[in-house]
Amino acid sequence: MRRAWLLPLALAIVGCSRDTGSSSTPGSVTPESVTAGEPVRHYGLGRAATAAEVTARDIDVGPDGEGLPAGSGSVQQGEALYKLKCAMCHGPSGAGMPPAFPAIIGRDPKAEGFAFARDPKLTRTIGNYWPNATTVFDYVRRAMPLLQPGSLTNDDVYALTAYLLAANDVVPRTTTLDAASLSQVKMPYAGKFVTDNRRGGREVK
Amino acid sequence: MDDQWKDVTTDETISRRTLLTGAAGALGAAVAAGLPLMAGGQGAQAAAAAAPVMPADPTKLQGAPTSAVGSRSTFIKPSRTPVGETVGNSLTPLQDLTGAITPSDLHFERHHAGIPLIDPSRHSLLIHGLVATPLMLSYDELRRFPQVTRTYFIECSGNSRAAYRDPKPDMTPQKVAGLVSNTEWTGVPLKALLDEAGAKREARWMLAEGGDACLMTRSIPMEKAWDDALVVWAQNGEPLRPEQGFPLRLLLPGWEGNASVKWLRRLELGMRPWMTRWETSKYTDPLPDGTARQFSFDIDAKSVITAPAFPQSITRGWWPITGLAWTGRGRITSVEVSADNGKSWEPAVIHEPNLTKASVRFTHMWEWDGRETVLLSRATDETGYVQPTRTELVKVRGIGTDFHFNPIVGWKVQRDGRVVFHGET
Repeated sequence: MRRAWLLPLALAIVGCSRDTGSSSTPGSVTPESVTAGEPVRHYGLGRAATAAEVTARDIDVGPDGEGLPAGSGSVQQGEALYKLKCAMCHGPSGAGMPPAFPAIIGRDPKAEGFAFARDPKLTRTIGNYWPNATTVFDYVRRAMPLLQPGSLTNDDVYALTAYLLAANDVVPRTTTLDAASLSQVKMPYAGKFVTDNRRGGREVK
Repeated sequence: MDDQWKDVTTDETISRRTLLTGAAGALGAAVAAGLPLMAGGQGAQAAAAAAPVMPADPTKLQGAPTSAVGSRSTFIKPSRTPVGETVGNSLTPLQDLTGAITPSDLHFERHHAGIPLIDPSRHSLLIHGLVATPLMLSYDELRRFPQVTRTYFIECSGNSRAAYRDPKPDMTPQKVAGLVSNTEWTGVPLKALLDEAGAKREARWMLAEGGDACLMTRSIPMEKAWDDALVVWAQNGEPLRPEQGFPLRLLLPGWEGNASVKWLRRLELGMRPWMTRWETSKYTDPLPDGTARQFSFDIDAKSVITAPAFPQSITRGWWPITGLAWTGRGRITSVEVSADNGKSWEPAVIHEPNLTKASVRFTHMWEWDGRETVLLSRATDETGYVQPTRTELVKVRGIGTDFHFNPIVGWKVQRDGRVVFHGET
């Protein structure tokens, strides 16, 4: 498939031949370079990806819910799946076997209040740490279960997400999640994450 | 195992025949008969390749033949530890290395789903999202772009966690800070690939995705992508090792290692970060004020003395105090060494080349007088940042903070000459 910029590229090469000193430069310079301040070169390498190729790899989900697929799953369905697919590593209660298999479920009152910097023994879980509910869906779909990544259906992933959020006291146990409802879930400690303010210099931050 | 054994015996057969038909026939026959080589009789011959007997005088005996791939002296046995981790890491044996370059096979590892086995002819990099045309690049095509070769350190931001939280006397340099390595990388500036795909200037973030079993993903600000980011395919003069991302790796100089996504297969340009598991649940830094730093990419200046160090013992007299220093914010401008537990500091020699966002080797000659003392090192970078003490760092980050541990650390020299880790600075 010919890419759209091949035509301007050809014109630019013709233009180059009249310039002094630039005709030996590889690639070509497009009009974009004028606005960007630096030369933009195209080498004509690679090919346009097909829509199917992009769709096959583009499974990411954004914090706004962008990318969430069709489908749905309930807490109850997720609990059954958890026992079958997750409990052998993360434990029946989600306490995990850190560090390889982290704790994922738990709202121990001692670990509430985001005091993790003061006490390394406090256990971080989805409920008391994770800022975005969509991350649960995205991660489970791309990486879990450990020995069969990518084997879960979208309904399975919604169900497991619903169960994990319910077990972490984020959503009620009656919840069924789909793209619209998952996008609306607010995590308890979402507001705790701040921009990195380290910039070098004398002050230790 | 069988295959390995066959290779060894085949090589030996070839070397014996070569010797027998060579001009030095008599000598060749003697070698083939095993006379100078073997301690035992014919029975020991088969084992010779695996366990050569040390000659009393190597100058009186022909040496070993050429080989396909070199190996270390049998006297030198550096090893990453721990081994066998698929969700975990192995640390570089800093105490066994000199200079600033880490041999590729000793570069630290951090895997979140093991090391994938990837056929480069079936691997491709997709660049899509806010681009003029979604672009698919093969491994071969990527290597046709203008290339650069640069030396950069990579440090896992979890490096030194144990030494920070719970320092113990029996920690080695490997245990204290072995999740940092420094090598030469070859690849294409990411800017060239973004230009090729027609990246839109309004894009603010880029998702980088790896081709391992967890499809590792990190969101990267476009400022870094346009600046000094590389897509690399080679390390120290040869294709990447599988554990370093073969066939392709994103390389973000000076940033925490996790963001330099290995086995790179996709870059998506967008307007906001994706909040992946690795930039939310992990690789965030809880702070004492009840917040957590997110997207804390930069590696602050850090140094560690790699010798003398546990489990060494030293005697009175002159010793080089030597170690490594690095900063993600440019160049190291000075490394100071204290031989009196921080009461006085002297500048160490920084060995050239001192490259931006690359580790430097430092040395400082020191005469031990037999008294108990503590050896420390302190790095300063070109922003004026001075490596803090552990006390200073705990004050601003908390003992439970989870990434970016760069306190001054050192080694206590006991009166008996034994050297132990000293982490409580």
